[in-house]
Amino acid sequence: MDLIVYYASWALLSCGAFLCAVGGLGILRLPDFYSRQHAAGITDTLGSAFVLIGLMLQSGFSLNAAKLVMILIFLILTSPVATHAIAQAARQSGLEPKVVAEEDEA
Amino acid sequence: MFIAAMIGVLITMLMALVRALSGPTVFDRILAVNMFGTKTVLFIAVLGFLSGRPEFLDLALVYVLINFIGTIAILKFVRFGKVETA
Repeated sequence: MDLIVYYASWALLSCGAFLCAVGGLGILRLPDFYSRQHAAGITDTLGSAFVLIGLMLQSGFSLNAAKLVMILIFLILTSPVATHAIAQAARQSGLEPKVVAEEDEA
Repeated sequence: MFIAAMIGVLITMLMALVRALSGPTVFDRILAVNMFGTKTVLFIAVLGFLSGRPEFLDLALVYVLINFIGTIAILKFVRFGKVETA
């Protein structure tokens, strides 16, 4: 049983680190502010959740797990609000999304 | 295991920092700094478990709140030119 929890925690931590790295690559390489925001959303939700749940499995049923749950709840509550606020401020300040014109097939 | 997660988070922080330094608009910079703060929380949490002192989680808990408040305050400053309410 301990071995299963150990390997599950290992897999979750690895998945979280991988998703964080993918989001970092996206925020560096994507061409537009709004698409970069999409890349940042990956790391804010799924990457953080995987890493924190992996640490929870590692710490067992203790006060540390309660603290990790609180961190996860705060992240899930505040990160969409911050993302929405940034997108709304950018849109209202006149930043237009970059749109590629579709090729005319006629 | 913790080392692998830590390296992933560190690479992400580095890339977010590059974007924050080179972002074309101010919103790119704010987005990258917000992401950097979130990754700092994960980094502190993993560092606490790596060094065997999980009390670092208190710092991470505080940092979550400071990061959110800071992002909203900077956005308000960029938008209105002042932080205090009217």
